[in-house]
Amino acid sequence: MESVSIGKSVSELHELLVHKDISSTELTKAYIDRIQAVDPDLQAYLTVLEDEAMTQAAEVDQKIAQGEALKPLEGIPMALKDNMCTEGIRTSCASKMLENFVPPYNATVTNRLRAAGTILLGKLNMDEFAMGSSTENSYFTKTRNPWNLECVPGGSSGGSAVAVAGDEAAFTLGSDTGGSIRQPAAFCGVVGMKPTYGAVSRLGLIAFASSLDQIGPFTKTVRDNALVMNAIAGYDALDSTSVPYETPDYTKFLVNDIKGLKIGIPREYFGDGIDPDVAKGIKAGIQTLIDLGAEVAECSLPHTEYAIPAYYLIATAEASSNLARYDGVRYGYRADSDDVLGMFKKTRAEGFGQEVKRRIMLGTYALSSGYYDAYYLKAQKVRTLIKQDFDKAFEKFDVLLSPTAPTPAFKFGEKSADPLAMYLSDITTVPINLAGIPAISIPAGFVNGLPIGMQLMGKAFGEGALYRVAYTFEQNTNYHSLKPNLSGEVLTCGSR
Amino acid sequence: MSISREDVEYVAALARLELTEQETQEYTEQLNSILGYAAMLERLDTTDVLPTAHAVPLHNVLREDQVRPSINHEKALKNAPDEEEGFFRVPKISLT
Repeated sequence: MESVSIGKSVSELHELLVHKDISSTELTKAYIDRIQAVDPDLQAYLTVLEDEAMTQAAEVDQKIAQGEALKPLEGIPMALKDNMCTEGIRTSCASKMLENFVPPYNATVTNRLRAAGTILLGKLNMDEFAMGSSTENSYFTKTRNPWNLECVPGGSSGGSAVAVAGDEAAFTLGSDTGGSIRQPAAFCGVVGMKPTYGAVSRLGLIAFASSLDQIGPFTKTVRDNALVMNAIAGYDALDSTSVPYETPDYTKFLVNDIKGLKIGIPREYFGDGIDPDVAKGIKAGIQTLIDLGAEVAECSLPHTEYAIPAYYLIATAEASSNLARYDGVRYGYRADSDDVLGMFKKTRAEGFGQEVKRRIMLGTYALSSGYYDAYYLKAQKVRTLIKQDFDKAFEKFDVLLSPTAPTPAFKFGEKSADPLAMYLSDITTVPINLAGIPAISIPAGFVNGLPIGMQLMGKAFGEGALYRVAYTFEQNTNYHSLKPNLSGEVLTCGSR
Repeated sequence: MSISREDVEYVAALARLELTEQETQEYTEQLNSILGYAAMLERLDTTDVLPTAHAVPLHNVLREDQVRPSINHEKALKNAPDEEEGFFRVPKISLT
């Protein structure tokens, strides 16, 4: 069964289900078997829900047996990053603090995917509280890159990227505060979309930095990505930052045509710190788009270099406030102490990992009396300048294009000793979150046998233009159809 | 500006974090390195620039003040580390 169904796109699986070539039960069992076979190496999952998934699949099969029409995602097995609340199912944020936390309610995305008929296979590993760029900050385990098991999968949504790249789920959701969907998507050779801020509800997404966090899909293909966005995007009255707008059918943008589309290449995204081989690969991709009729010109986003310090001040300030709730009183880990203040301090000292504590310290400092204007307020003003750079660029261009990450996946331990070096690797992704705009990473080639990603950036609520360019690029290249095997060798789809 | 060991101890107290000696040393060093890098923001003149708190500004998000179903008592206490008679139970609160 595995060879027949595993590894196919969501839209292909939908056809198989509709034509009764496979049942949802068979499909779900095939994914469970696959997880059992490869996850001991990949470590993408923190929780696997075999019984629950099989029960859900049986319900879908009953609908098929009764001749009911199937929705596009109905009966499709998927998984969620472990910072999205699932009622009755542990949601740990990959932290000791929430090791035993069982949410009393569902995130809006959990509810929407359930309503769409999807099968929840389990919950995925991540950097603790989504803080990191390698998934090495998980309290539980290290997720490994399927293209090279000695390399990190990226982060913070490392488990979400690996589950799709390793065929352990048909699609997954991740969250992106400063690149946490796009960078792991690039490192693992899959499609990852960070939608416009406010396009997807954050209700039930455990908060890291509330003005930057956004949920989005990881998929094998651009079409799949649009299908998942159709299911999760849209206004939610329970999230006061949700933007009331009419969600389009994202699949209508999937046309294999970019003639006359104006694409800007911000020169700052090809400067110092960008691996020359990555730049070369992305430039080859740009040539492909030019050959397909896009009008491409260089442009400038002059405040780019200020994005890293602005981002790390704003994100940590918001995090220090959001994470104040973990005090051992209402839920989560509690350390023993004779008095309540000691209990708070010990609970937080023992429940949080090093990176989370470092960011709480940085954020608390940036917000503290005497430093607020110099750091936090200054960073918010610089955020305005970064946003204005994008506004100006989008007066001339429909889409901007860059490498998703400065390098391919790096090795375990390579950057974890130096927090600043790790932060600097986010230079191509954090400006997008500060500006609140959408961006997608798509497979665009290989460097030393590791995938690289092309990042496309759009205007607020301009996901459609991104899907159009991404789809056209995908239809005219074959990078998305290459698959890793677990010895790290590049194989084509049919040669397995 | 550079961060002293005392600054780190003060911020840790504000953040309700008990730090080990090693953490205090490491964070002093690392916060200096990170904030030293962030000092580049001073190069930008932002005198007439307004701060951005949210990239997609929404104003006055209001709804009717109606009673709606919410999580019940039992569910709300289910994750409590310690509880008693429908309350969260905590160690004694000393006024120090």
